[in-house]
Amino acid sequence: MLPNIEEGILRRLSKIAVVAVVASLALTGCGKNDDKKGSSSGSNDVCKSAKGDGPKVGLAYDVGGRGDQSFNDSAYAGLKKAVEDLKATCVEGEASDGEAESAREDRLKNMADQGLNPIIGVGFAYSDAVNAVAPNYPKINFGVIDGFDPDDKPNANVAYLGFAENEGSYLVGVAAALKSKAGNIGFVGGVHNDLIKKFEAGYVAGAKSVKPGIKIQIKYIQESDLKGFGDPAGGKAAATAEYDAGADVVYHAAGASGSGVFDASVDAGDGKWAIGVDSDQYLTASKTQQPHILTSMLKRVDVATFNMIKSVADSSPLTSYQTYDLAHDGVGYSTSGGFVDDIKAQIDEAASKIKSGEVKVPVKPGA
Amino acid sequence: MSSSKILRTLAQAILAPLIALIVSVIVTSIVVSIAGASIGDFWDVIFTVPTHRNWVNITNQSSMLFLAALAAAIGFRMNLFNIGVEGQYTLAAFAAAAFAGAGWLPGKLNIVGALLVAMAVGAIWAGIAGVLKVTRGVSEVISTIMLNAIAGTMIGYLLNNYGNQYGQGRRTTPIPGSSQLSGWTPWSAGDGPIWTLTILAVLAGVTMSIVINRTRFGFDLRATGMNEDAAVASGVKVKRMVVISMLISGAIAGLVWMPALFGAADYYGPPFQRALGFTGIAVALLGRNRPLGIFFGAVLFAWLSEQANPLSLVADISPSVVQVTQGVVVLAVVIAYEVVRRWMAAYEQRELKQALGTEVRA
Repeated sequence: MLPNIEEGILRRLSKIAVVAVVASLALTGCGKNDDKKGSSSGSNDVCKSAKGDGPKVGLAYDVGGRGDQSFNDSAYAGLKKAVEDLKATCVEGEASDGEAESAREDRLKNMADQGLNPIIGVGFAYSDAVNAVAPNYPKINFGVIDGFDPDDKPNANVAYLGFAENEGSYLVGVAAALKSKAGNIGFVGGVHNDLIKKFEAGYVAGAKSVKPGIKIQIKYIQESDLKGFGDPAGGKAAATAEYDAGADVVYHAAGASGSGVFDASVDAGDGKWAIGVDSDQYLTASKTQQPHILTSMLKRVDVATFNMIKSVADSSPLTSYQTYDLAHDGVGYSTSGGFVDDIKAQIDEAASKIKSGEVKVPVKPGA
Repeated sequence: MSSSKILRTLAQAILAPLIALIVSVIVTSIVVSIAGASIGDFWDVIFTVPTHRNWVNITNQSSMLFLAALAAAIGFRMNLFNIGVEGQYTLAAFAAAAFAGAGWLPGKLNIVGALLVAMAVGAIWAGIAGVLKVTRGVSEVISTIMLNAIAGTMIGYLLNNYGNQYGQGRRTTPIPGSSQLSGWTPWSAGDGPIWTLTILAVLAGVTMSIVINRTRFGFDLRATGMNEDAAVASGVKVKRMVVISMLISGAIAGLVWMPALFGAADYYGPPFQRALGFTGIAVALLGRNRPLGIFFGAVLFAWLSEQANPLSLVADISPSVVQVTQGVVVLAVVIAYEVVRRWMAAYEQRELKQALGTEVRA
C-alpha cells in the first residue's frame, strides 16, 4: 500500500514543485530582453553577409548578447564598422546565464580552432577564460573588454581593453549638478563592485567640482549578485526612493536595470531627470522616457572593439593594458535631445581639464 | 498482481521519461523554428558526438548538478521544499574558499577542513529555515528564498571589505598550491581533467540511497513525507525530522561547488558558477527524487548545456534555447508520469475485474 500513498504525495508535491521551478527559472531569466533580440539577430546580422578578405573576427558576447541596447550592442557596432571599413568577416558566440567557466573557455577554443584572429571577449568575465586559452594559441590575438590579467605571467598575445569610466562619469556629474535645482542628486549602481564604484567616484567628484555642498544619494541594487544588472524593478525602486528623497537628477550604472530608473523619472514628473550609461540611451528609450533623459555617459566599447580588429589588420596587434580614457575618445557624454546644450561649454571645459591632467578623477569613492 | 506491478514500475520507469523526451523535442523544435532558425541545425549540434573536451566538461558538470539535485531531493522526500540550495551552496562555497585560502591547515588536511566548513555552513543556512519552520511556522519556501538573498548580500559585503582586489572585481585568497587538486586527465592536457572531487557526488549518492532506504532515519523521513499524521501516530518526532532533514539537505548543498573549487577555480570570485541550485531543483524533479533518476537527469542537463555551447557559433542560435528544452523536459516528465500512472491504474482495474470475473464463474 505504501507505494501508492507515496505516489499521491509525490504527485501533489510535484505540482507545487513545478510551479516553483518555473517561477524561479522565470525569475533568474528576467531582465534579459530576449524579445528585442529577435529583431537584431535576424537577417540583418552583419556576420551573415560579410564576405571580405580582411581579418576573421571572433566576438564572444557576455550574457544578454546582441540586442541588449548597451554593452554587447556597442561591441557589435564596432564589429560592424570593421566589416564595412576593413572588409572583416566574423563569427559570434554568446554566453548563457549561469554557465560554467569551462563553457567560456570552450567558446574561445572553438573560435581559435576555426582560425579566427582576433578573438574578443566582451566583458571582464572572460578574463580568466582568455588567460587559460591564449597561451595555447600563440599566433592568435585575444582582446578582453574591461579585462585584466589574472596571474603574474604576462600573455604576449592578449590585450586588456579598459575604460576610464570615472572620467566619463565626472562629466555627467558636472551636468547633473548644473541641472539640479534642488541641490540634491542621485546615483543607482547595479552591483556594488569595484567597477561600478568607479562610476560612483567620478560622478560624485564631478558634481562636487561644480557645487561642493551638493547632496548626493548613493544606492546599489545588489551587493554582489550580478543580477543587479538585469533587474529593472530593482532599478525603479532605488531611483524612486531617491526622487522621493528630493533628488531631481539620477545617474544609473546598472545595465539593463536602467530602464527601471528611466521609468521612475517619468513617474517622478516634469523636471526630474535621469542619466543613461554605456551607450546613448536617449536613442533607444521610449517616447515617454525621452524627455527625461538628460544625457548618457558613453563608454565606447565600439571604439575599443574596432581598434583591436584594426590593429590586427595592420599587423601591429594591441597587447597588454589599453586604457580608453577621455583623451583617447574612449569615454564621453551624449547630447541627443539637446537638454545639455546650455551647459555644454562648462562640461567641455571640465573635459579639457581632465585631458590636460589638471584634474585627476578618483577611481574610488570617498577619495 | 506481482507481474503487473513489475510491468507498472517498468512502464513508469521507461515509458514516462520517453514520452517526456519526445514531447520536449517537439516543443523545442517549435520554439527553434519560431525563432527563425533551422531545426535540423539545432538537433545536429545537440546530438553531435561530444569531443573529449566535451566529455570531461559533461562529467564535471554532472557531478555538481547531481549534488545540487540530491540536496533538494532529500527535502522533497519529506515534503520540505528547500528552494534555498542556491543560497546554501553559494555561501558554503565562499566560506570554504575563504577557509582553504587562509591555509591554516597543511596540504590535503586543508581540503578536508574546507569540505567540513562547506557542509557546516550549508547545514546552518538551511537549518535556520528548518528551525523557523518548527518554532514559528514559517514556510520554508519563503524563508529559503529570503535566505538566498541574504546570502548574496552577505558575500558581497564580506568580499568588498575583506576580499582581494581582482581586476574589476574581488575574490578570496587563492588556495595554496599544496591544497589544490586537479584531477584525472583521461585524454590530453588540453582536454582538461575530470576533477578529483567529482567523487563526492558518487559518495553522497551512495550514502543517501543507503540512509533513505535502509535505516530507521530514512524510514521516518519517508513516512513523514507520505503521511505526517500517520508518522506522528507511530512515534516519529516530526519537528526533529524537519530540522534534521534541512541540516542534511544543506550539508549536501554545501558540497555542490567543491569539485570546481579544488579542481579548477582555486578561489571564490568571477569564475563561480551560479544557478546550480535552481537547476538542481529541476534535476531532482526530473529524477523523481531517486538517486539513480537524479543521476540520469544530471547527465541529461549537463549534456544539453555543454552541447548547446557552440550553437551560436555554428548555427546562429542562442544557446539559451536549451534552457527552454530543460524547462519543458521537467514539465513533460511530471505530466507524463501522471498520464502513465492513470493508464496503469485503469489497466490494473481491468485486470482485477477480469480476475474477479473468472473467479466468480469458477
